[in-house]
Amino acid sequence: MSPEVSRREFLCTVAGCAAAAAVGGCSDITHTDFFRKRFRELEPDELKDIIADLEARQTAKYGKQTTISTKGPLPGVEYGYALDVSRCVGCRRCEYACFDENNQGHDPEIHWIRVLEMEQKLGINFEESDPYYEAEEVPEPGHFYLPVACQHCRNAPCVKSCPVGATWEEEDGIVVVDYDWCIGCRCCVAACPYGARHFNWAEPKLPAEAQNPNQHYLGNRPRPKGVVEKCTFCIHRVREGQYPACMEACPVGARTFGNLLDPNGELRYILENKKVFVLKSELNTKPRFYYYYG
Amino acid sequence: MQTVRLFGHWIHGSIRIILHGGILYWCWTLLLLALVGMGGVSYAHQLQEGLITTSMRDQVSWGFYIGNFTFLVGVAAAAVTLVVPAYIYGWKPIKEIVVYGEMMAVTAITCCALFVVVDIGHPERFWHLIPGPGILNVPSSLLGWDVIALNSYLLLNFVIVTYLLFNLFRRHHPNQKIYMTLVWISIPAAIAIHTVTAFLYSGLVARPFWNSAILAPRFIVSAFCSGPALMLVIMQLMQRFTTFHIRREAIWKIAELMTYFMGFNLFLLCAEVFKDYYSDTGHLVHMRYMFNGVGDHDAIVPWMWSAVSCSVIAFLIFLSRKRRENLLWLNLGCTLVFFGVYLEKSMGMVIPGMTPDTLGEIYEYVPSWNEIRVSLGILALGALIYTWMVRIATPILHDEFHFDDGKATHPPLGTKSRAGGT
Repeated sequence: MSPEVSRREFLCTVAGCAAAAAVGGCSDITHTDFFRKRFRELEPDELKDIIADLEARQTAKYGKQTTISTKGPLPGVEYGYALDVSRCVGCRRCEYACFDENNQGHDPEIHWIRVLEMEQKLGINFEESDPYYEAEEVPEPGHFYLPVACQHCRNAPCVKSCPVGATWEEEDGIVVVDYDWCIGCRCCVAACPYGARHFNWAEPKLPAEAQNPNQHYLGNRPRPKGVVEKCTFCIHRVREGQYPACMEACPVGARTFGNLLDPNGELRYILENKKVFVLKSELNTKPRFYYYYG
Repeated sequence: MQTVRLFGHWIHGSIRIILHGGILYWCWTLLLLALVGMGGVSYAHQLQEGLITTSMRDQVSWGFYIGNFTFLVGVAAAAVTLVVPAYIYGWKPIKEIVVYGEMMAVTAITCCALFVVVDIGHPERFWHLIPGPGILNVPSSLLGWDVIALNSYLLLNFVIVTYLLFNLFRRHHPNQKIYMTLVWISIPAAIAIHTVTAFLYSGLVARPFWNSAILAPRFIVSAFCSGPALMLVIMQLMQRFTTFHIRREAIWKIAELMTYFMGFNLFLLCAEVFKDYYSDTGHLVHMRYMFNGVGDHDAIVPWMWSAVSCSVIAFLIFLSRKRRENLLWLNLGCTLVFFGVYLEKSMGMVIPGMTPDTLGEIYEYVPSWNEIRVSLGILALGALIYTWMVRIATPILHDEFHFDDGKATHPPLGTKSRAGGT
């Protein structure tokens, strides 16, 4: 214990959790969970302890050696995404790759990507779209498909609405949620124009065999019930230089992920040469997720 | 020290009053306690299982809880503003109107706070909202502003009521300057709480149904229909069951003012209906979901037509001076407009705003039984709190419960002193 009694330890004693602290935390809500500071306020050594604790708990629970990264944004990087609407065939492989990659709850099922089936003659019309289409074979004649997840807005209504600052935009443009700070008021869910935010209405059940042990603190680590979650561009992958799972899963190459600040990147080429649009541009959310007709 | 001792006497005497009462009082109290208990058990179930015990889902992520919250903010705001006509027209029992109005505000805001608590996923993290250990994300978050506004308002009203009653109890003349200043502050504060609550919705660009400039005026005008309606009924009940007396002219005047607000409320509704139906854009779908149903989805349509019918009929009743000055018609009109506004705000405002959702999916939300039980529990607790406050306040206001010459005088216990609830 440090010579100076920290607030957490003090409050812990007050709450009568000293015993729990001695054995390193009880099963459900421990003193560390309850009094944990915001992610952005944690000192490096506090964070190290928390990560070690979280990793140990998960390794024990799921039987897999789990690592949780806290890697920050890379300098000179602002992520962006472009999706070719004319190539997308609506196979939903991205949706399920995302589901498998990000330790999403299996019951109730939470999907960060929603693939909307739209009628060609109506254009992009959300009211007439169908996220639950069941087709023998895709694409269905007369239809096109629009996968929608978090648009990582530059002027994000969700960030603005959060009363406790539990969600914010990182330097590299990824909008993240601190699951241990979110109070679950769902203002952000109401504020998001893209239906990208999802609430854990019940304890998300993650089968041991489905657990992905490669995690990020602000990304795909399993969430508790009662907090909001969303797409993070696979923060645990992209900050290590990998592509997001949805992009790797796409069989038709409709998805292009990259650094908006790289003048020679493929993403910049698309933005400069294709017929690009963003969803609900009239709302001035300024998404980093672009759609185009290739 | 003397003050602390007196305060102790006051609390002691108040508890004594609450624990004594006639058969009617005990039936009422036990009924409310039973409802509170039922709500508590249902809430425990929700805490255990998560908010999955409600009917809310990602598509409709706010529902009955937040609707009730919104409605009660209106009640809290309107109860206090009754002071304005009381002051302007020089009604005699102004002190009483202040006390009963502010007690209603305290009760309603307490219920509001509870509705927010039961709505959030992690109530034990409430301290994240307290600047210092936590952070309050103002100016950008409207919920942050609402937390400030509602807590200040609760504190303000609590202080006024406590100050007045305690001083009357110990037979000090309450300093008119102090308490009337606080009362005058509480009036713009009342408007402010309802405005901020409206901004919480109307600031959301994602929800065109709420993203309307007249949402705040509508909130306030509809609150000025439902709030006084509730207060009029409660005042009559108190007149019947307690020694409280309000002059008839005051009642007629409140009813007259309500008539104007009821007309204005319908006018604002018409303005919204016209805009949406005439322009017939994609945004009309929310209004259609509310009044016509979309496809097979029409769960809330009958409720919304009932809400509108209640408000229109109440307005027609109140339009005639002869009718609204007849207690039977008056109470019928009050009941109708109260339920009209309640349905419109608790269901008609929140649910169509989120149906269909931002990507066009229609999920039909109807509150679950667990949600309804929790809500009933909160409303019953409000009614209980108000009943108790009235029972304590009334004898003080009539100088039957006071501290004198080192000895507390109590009203004759077990007799009349009771009031209806929220």
